[in-house]
Amino acid sequence: MSEATRASVPSSAVTATQNGAVQNGAVQNGAVQSDTNGAPITPRGVVHRGGTPNATLPALVERFGGAIVRHDVTWGETCVIVQRDAVHAIIRWLHDEPSQRYDYLVDVTAVEFREATRPLEVVWHLRALAHRRFLRLKVELPKRLPLSVPSIVDIYSGADWLERECYDMFGIRFDGHPDLRRILMWDSYQEGFPLRKDFPLRGRFSRAEQLKQALAANPEARYSMEELHIAEAFDALPEDMKRRLTVEREAHGDVERGA
Amino acid sequence: MTERRTLEVALGTSGLNAHGQPIRAPLTVQSGQAVALDARALREPEIENDHMLINIGPQHPATHGVLRLVLELDGETVVRCIPHIGYLHCGFEKIGEYRQYNQIIPWTDREDYLNSPGNNVAFSLGAERLFGVECTPRATVLRVMLMELSRIMSHVVWLGTTSVDMGAFTPFLWLYQERENVYNLLEGWFGARLTVSATRVGGMAADLPSGWLDGLRAFLKGFPKTLDESVGMLETNGIWAGRTVGLGAISAEDAVNAGLSGPMLRASGVAYDVRKDFPYLDYETYDFDVAVGTTGDVYDRFLVRVEEMRQSVRILEQALRRLPDGPINVDDPRLILPPKHKATSEMESMIHHFKLVMEGPRPPAGECYVPVESPKGEKGYYFVSDGTAKPVRWRIRPPSFVNLSAIPKMVEGHLLSDVIAINASIDIVMGEIDR
Repeated sequence: MSEATRASVPSSAVTATQNGAVQNGAVQNGAVQSDTNGAPITPRGVVHRGGTPNATLPALVERFGGAIVRHDVTWGETCVIVQRDAVHAIIRWLHDEPSQRYDYLVDVTAVEFREATRPLEVVWHLRALAHRRFLRLKVELPKRLPLSVPSIVDIYSGADWLERECYDMFGIRFDGHPDLRRILMWDSYQEGFPLRKDFPLRGRFSRAEQLKQALAANPEARYSMEELHIAEAFDALPEDMKRRLTVEREAHGDVERGA
Repeated sequence: MTERRTLEVALGTSGLNAHGQPIRAPLTVQSGQAVALDARALREPEIENDHMLINIGPQHPATHGVLRLVLELDGETVVRCIPHIGYLHCGFEKIGEYRQYNQIIPWTDREDYLNSPGNNVAFSLGAERLFGVECTPRATVLRVMLMELSRIMSHVVWLGTTSVDMGAFTPFLWLYQERENVYNLLEGWFGARLTVSATRVGGMAADLPSGWLDGLRAFLKGFPKTLDESVGMLETNGIWAGRTVGLGAISAEDAVNAGLSGPMLRASGVAYDVRKDFPYLDYETYDFDVAVGTTGDVYDRFLVRVEEMRQSVRILEQALRRLPDGPINVDDPRLILPPKHKATSEMESMIHHFKLVMEGPRPPAGECYVPVESPKGEKGYYFVSDGTAKPVRWRIRPPSFVNLSAIPKMVEGHLLSDVIAINASIDIVMGEIDR
């Protein structure tokens, strides 16, 4: 059949880079070193501080000068710390601008440092596939202010779960996310945000308390209200389940979703 | 009971009809016994609601781990899919903040457990960037071997389990024998089969035992044959093609926007491979091709993974030819323990050993993200160090996690039975997704 062979064609764009020549003392272009033909090579001798910044940086400073707090180059990777309110416009511009084309979102995560006074950092790892560039964007969130940043789900659909995980683990709200709820922990998880430094390694509740809660969980707790509205499944539940879902969830302060 | 409930059964037919199809006898249930009915008297039961709520998992053999999918069905067509993950969440990233760098390596074995040696290598590469060292030429080639062996292991498991999902059992048995052969090789090298902890920051856990390369040569001789046989069973198989072609297709633009990586991205026609675009371990000096698909359906993902296994064999053959002699560990006393005989006979070496084990190596303050091409896609470890022996933040960029997040878009509009095929084609490992 004709489909049998269609995927095994190697891409010409990629085979073009298959020269065996490794030039040491190579050109350093942002995060990727390349040989004299411009083909990427394994980076050698990456310096700790003060490497060549990403070629995007000057354009970014020119366009959003006031919103760029500072930048540094660590281990060959350019990190740009920007203001919270400008981050959505900056990422939108990096994604749309034809000369930049940061079309690939690698990761969204956050960092909390051990010093209690140091602000939390939300980190975006962006990649321009065509230019082979890698850029790290950061926003600093002081702990005395509400922890929230704009969501970029409208730019990258892949940000959906990554932002949910970041919210789940750090409690950082992503404004504009269409469905910001816990993802790795369960919806009714009460212990807080596990990757925060004030969260103890073994959790806030004792093992006995955790076991007690797990055993006391009602079967309907496995479904969100949004899911129970599929095919009017909620209406078919027995009265005691309905009561637990509505009255008791509200008593626990859980927000009813999807209703 | 005035309502009669009809059950259609395919078994117990009384013969073939004019089209050669088995005649299905509609049955009805009366006082617990199935009784044949006149077909003209049948009435379809009234279904009050058009849509149905179906739960798959978390304990379901076809979800490849503890994945739970809540589906809204219209008849047999999926209208909405709501995935639930987190059943294996054990807080690897949190635990990493309480461990020295070398102590984290056993945890990397356990996240994407089909790719343990590959995770070890990825972790060491990231940590070595953070420490500012580069591994020795011999360790570089040994690590390439590990990366490609684990790619073969992972893809072999994928192909075997996926073929079982679609009803083919034989390739599963053939391919698992080859996986067994790789595990035997790993056992001979590291003493462990699944959780090998193959690398250390700055080098390898152990050098090759004598005769190991002959074992690898024998594997490379036998494996392509098994692969060809297994693929031959599936590639032009009508059932296989019928259950995979045109399913779960995702366009190149959507795949990039959703952050997909690995075979999921390349099947859609995007030739992004970290080994080519952001090389590490001298991958640019190896001669291999990147397989890309055209339509991004389940069948293309199958073809891309099969081709990747063949390319891995090519890379392994080249690595065998170029493996240099020399040390496996960097010459850096900040990272590498002194030889055991010195630690037990010299005071200075014993102190050195003690301090390295108890206090751990300290990288300079800084951060780095080093991606590698894991069998699932772009896997990277993001380290943030404040200059102490334990990372402030150790973040795993999980390719399966991002790939799985696109599943609602891929399954909506397909049949319930196709959800299994599409889910299998993503090649998820819940250990990596939940961490």
